[in-house]
Amino acid sequence: MHIPDGYLSPSTCATLYVGAAVGWYSALRRLKRVLFTRVVPLISVFAAFSFVVMMFNLPLPGGTTGHALGVTIAAIVLGPSGAILALSIAIAIQALFFGDGGISTLGANCFNMAIAGSLVAYASYRVVAAGSAITSKRRVVAAAVAGYLAVNASALLAATEFGIQPVLFHDAGGTPLYAPYPLSIAIPAMMIGHLTFAGLAEAVISAGLVAYLQAADPGLLRGTSGLALESAPTDLRPGTRSLQPLWLAIAVLMLLTPLGILAAGTAWGEWSPSELAHAAPPAAVSSAPTPAAPAGLQRLSNLWTAPFPAYAPTFVRSRGFGYLLSAMFGVGLMLALSLFVRRLLDRNRRKGYAS
Amino acid sequence: MSRGFIESTTVGFARALTGTMLSEQTARQRGLLQALDPRVRVVGLFALVLAVTLSRKIVVVAALLAVAIAIALLSRVSLLTLAKRVWLIVLGFTGVIALPALFTTPGRTMATVAGFAVSEQGLRTASLLILRVETAVTFTTLLILCTPWAQVLKALRSLRLPKEVVMMLAMTYRYVFLLVETATQMFESRRSRTVGVLNSNEQRHLAGRTAGVLLSKSVALSNDVYLAMQSRGFRGDVQILSDFRMTSSDYLGLLAFLLVGALAVWTGR
Repeated sequence: MHIPDGYLSPSTCATLYVGAAVGWYSALRRLKRVLFTRVVPLISVFAAFSFVVMMFNLPLPGGTTGHALGVTIAAIVLGPSGAILALSIAIAIQALFFGDGGISTLGANCFNMAIAGSLVAYASYRVVAAGSAITSKRRVVAAAVAGYLAVNASALLAATEFGIQPVLFHDAGGTPLYAPYPLSIAIPAMMIGHLTFAGLAEAVISAGLVAYLQAADPGLLRGTSGLALESAPTDLRPGTRSLQPLWLAIAVLMLLTPLGILAAGTAWGEWSPSELAHAAPPAAVSSAPTPAAPAGLQRLSNLWTAPFPAYAPTFVRSRGFGYLLSAMFGVGLMLALSLFVRRLLDRNRRKGYAS
Repeated sequence: MSRGFIESTTVGFARALTGTMLSEQTARQRGLLQALDPRVRVVGLFALVLAVTLSRKIVVVAALLAVAIAIALLSRVSLLTLAKRVWLIVLGFTGVIALPALFTTPGRTMATVAGFAVSEQGLRTASLLILRVETAVTFTTLLILCTPWAQVLKALRSLRLPKEVVMMLAMTYRYVFLLVETATQMFESRRSRTVGVLNSNEQRHLAGRTAGVLLSKSVALSNDVYLAMQSRGFRGDVQILSDFRMTSSDYLGLLAFLLVGALAVWTGR
């Protein structure tokens, strides 16, 4: 899932660098507040650990093998901020020193695997394991579920990034300039492999690790368990909440982005006027065999174009634009959802203290 | 399964280690890239990678690949190494991905292979993708092969990457090798105590436990490192020495990199 240079257009890369930067910045800020001197070696060694775990050639049921990402166990032991940094460092080392994954796509890779992966893993682990004892079997299941979901969320993001390339970036003759497959091909192609092997590999290794830690080193699981945090031995406690307003603001902004774009239709300066003229991104692409997958996305994009038919310039109804809107809306929705889950968890925890 | 989990993973570890040692060897040779200031190398090669992704014409990307090969030859990087480490691997990976595009991209039919129409647009998009990835990865690999990692890190620091991040990158890189070494030893010792064949369920258990022990060791290690850093006076303030000095040939090199990049972007629009 490490996207190499050349698959994504420069503007996609730039956008995802910005997205990743938001994650890095808030993770770094949050950790600095905790105890930075302690965090430096912990994150570094954990990054090295996930790097090594990515090299494990895991045997899977059915005789195949797969690789894990190590993002789930990082999220379970370090919490989301620590995991975001550790995984990003591991991904950067792979790109900078081992040539695995691109330089221009570093932001995209970190966004997909380190940031989205950590957040999804952390949220699903907390939800499934909520309230269970440290040594409970439910935590092992929670780790497996978290691993499976995290890897598939990352893969879905990568597939979406691939899939929007041919719609947005092609030359006058309709030749796609970057990754050539539309969403209808990119998503199934990526997801089949990840729903089966890669997701399973992460689930297996995460569950195995949590089971091992329960027996050998349960202290490492306490930090993110949501139980009696006061006695947690690690310094990396979740729960410094002052960044929540920032995230909330970002979520709201992203949910509103489609409106902003509709209002200022000319923001898409990247398209030359001639391209805009036959803008319904060109006949070539729309005549491509695009069954099944985009239906849902189209419905979503209709959701947004429908209320504003009078204001929307005609090209807004184009498929490419619809994809983009739905993507932004989707990310905003994800953010809002994760904030909601967190608030729910916090409330439960407070209730736990009270009783 | 021809090889068990233990063998295939140790082979992977060994390959990563030899690859890195090879880089350190090439980095010590005397050549074009090695003679330039590391900051010029990092900025210059990144600029060329950017130019590769910005160019929209096959000819221009191909010309950039020629530039990459010229730089490789002048920097005493063997083309065989590049072919083995980059070109064949990328061709295998990206080739498989690009192949169906020949048939699925709508456009003017050029030829028919086994009853499927190959479109001109399909051929163009597939070759553009492969060429682009080959060229970009060649540039990055040249940087890796010709620059010791400590210099890459210092260059990143002088390019205003936060000190904390540079420090974490440095420490991670150092401990990757320690942990790879530890994991290899664990696998080897386990291998030497294993009689018969492990079934895949046992292998998964083994993988989970090995990773678990490695995790515990990592956390213990990070505690030790923290104490060692504290006892040497670390209070969160990172100091990184930077003794690079730009000479006129470095400026010339930087100018050349940027000119080639700008030219490629301009002609490849």
